[in-house]
Amino acid sequence: MKTFSLSILIFWLLAVVLGRIAGMHGNDIDLNNVLAMPSLTHWLGADDLGRDILARILRGVEVSFLVSVIVTLITMTVGVTVGMLAGFYGGLLDKVLMQVTDIFLAFPGILLAIAFAAVLGPGIVNLMFALCMTGWVTYARLTRGQALSLRSRQHVLAAESLGAKPVRLMVKHILPLLLSVLIVEATYSLASVMIAEASLSFLGLGIQAPDASWGAMLRDAVRYMLVAPHYVLVVGLSLMSLILAINLGGDYLRDKLDVASSLHTD
Amino acid sequence: MSRIVSFFTVVLGVLTLTFLLIHLVPGDPVEVMLGESASVADRDALRAELGLDQPLLTQFSTYLHKLVQGDLGQSIHTKEPITKLFKKRYPNSLKLAVLSMIIGIVIGVPLGVYAAIKAGHWQDLLVTIISVRLSAMPVFWLGPILMLVFAVWLGWLPVSGMDEPASIVLPAMTLGFGLSAILTRMTRTSLLEVLNEDFIRTARAKGISERKVIFGHALRAALLPIITIVGLQMGSLLAGTVITETVFSWDGIGLLLVESIEKRDYPVTQACVLVVALSYVLINLLTDVVYRLADPRMRHAS
Repeated sequence: MKTFSLSILIFWLLAVVLGRIAGMHGNDIDLNNVLAMPSLTHWLGADDLGRDILARILRGVEVSFLVSVIVTLITMTVGVTVGMLAGFYGGLLDKVLMQVTDIFLAFPGILLAIAFAAVLGPGIVNLMFALCMTGWVTYARLTRGQALSLRSRQHVLAAESLGAKPVRLMVKHILPLLLSVLIVEATYSLASVMIAEASLSFLGLGIQAPDASWGAMLRDAVRYMLVAPHYVLVVGLSLMSLILAINLGGDYLRDKLDVASSLHTD
Repeated sequence: MSRIVSFFTVVLGVLTLTFLLIHLVPGDPVEVMLGESASVADRDALRAELGLDQPLLTQFSTYLHKLVQGDLGQSIHTKEPITKLFKKRYPNSLKLAVLSMIIGIVIGVPLGVYAAIKAGHWQDLLVTIISVRLSAMPVFWLGPILMLVFAVWLGWLPVSGMDEPASIVLPAMTLGFGLSAILTRMTRTSLLEVLNEDFIRTARAKGISERKVIFGHALRAALLPIITIVGLQMGSLLAGTVITETVFSWDGIGLLLVESIEKRDYPVTQACVLVVALSYVLINLLTDVVYRLADPRMRHAS
């Protein structure tokens, strides 16, 4: 599980680095090579504008990964803060904050992200904003539950009786105990943000041409599926391998860090 | 009781959030909808029609008022009432969701039971590996692959659209396969947990055949968490249809949503989001009720 997941991740890292060194350009239009089959010059063939599919896949993985990491970091920060405040102070604040998360959770899957991206208009910044607006809720729920029970742990009460301020209690005494849960959750969310980004780009709401994105590439690939089936196959396989590697990495971390996450037990 | 109170707060919150959507449009929403070339008179007419010239609170109360009367507004392009669009499209989405659910259950539950019976053997491992792979396949890739294999290469099924009755098979398979992967894993876990319990040991000690132990005793107890998952997934399916319907040109709510976004027909977008979210909330509430009815322990507790 670990080796499988790691080798895929290393494969992609190497591919991206080598692609950069080789100076591959995914935006060079070559109308003589429209939808060309894989060959020595174009290892994975060319797309509908004759652009090299391999170069675009490599560019796509960079963008996709970057978006996932940024969105995960932002949503985690916001969600942990909200959840920590709710779980730590309890009472009315907790009730109100959790009611708000309930409302966000009432929108299934990426529906809310689609709605936000739709009204904000396409583009990478709006895409990330839409994903952030909907992604923090899971972390808030998770942190709140944990903080609620950790709040009454002896070491927290002891620190409090010694005069530690709430912020110190939250950051120094509760947060460290949450880290392993959060790391596991963040790993899974990398994969789910990646799928969400690709879904939005697939619908034309995400990253815009000429920038490469796996979602948008898949949309084009589906359009030309009859003449160039290799296009849809390679882009899909790339996406699947990366998501699988990240999810399996998450499973490994979950077992290793001994996190009994109710969200991803199987 | 508190379940019902929180249900209504959530519904009110969903209404507020979808109402506010149109106000998130950067700049002038009317200009975005009609395009820059629209005349001032046209813009003012649309602004008045959507009530955007009113104060925010007035807008919200009009919005709620109309909703209660079953009026979702009208499309800004075709001027068709949105409720009329929904009457045509919603049943299509529902049909797709129900069929996917059936496919998911028919494949997922037996596979999960099989994996649990063979726990630790290679059959279990194989089922687990396949279901993990399947759940890593987003619908916008699984869909095209199925289309390629069954419609283009084998020619067994129509590629897309909904002209033939068989058109529903590919989109339903796309959604159903992903679901079956989740159900397989849930069934396996749930059944394995039950198989470790005392009453199973008692049943076995009594000398009941293994088949009766599993299907008569264990599976009944293991079904509860599966009901919950099925319910929760039914709601997610409605959202999952957005992309699947786009891939297969299936004329449902999801495709309506995507079309309305492309045409910048925001009242329709708003209504689609609202209806899908409300269906989801309602299905979750029903799941909760069914769960309570199905579990004798819960019945006595309340």
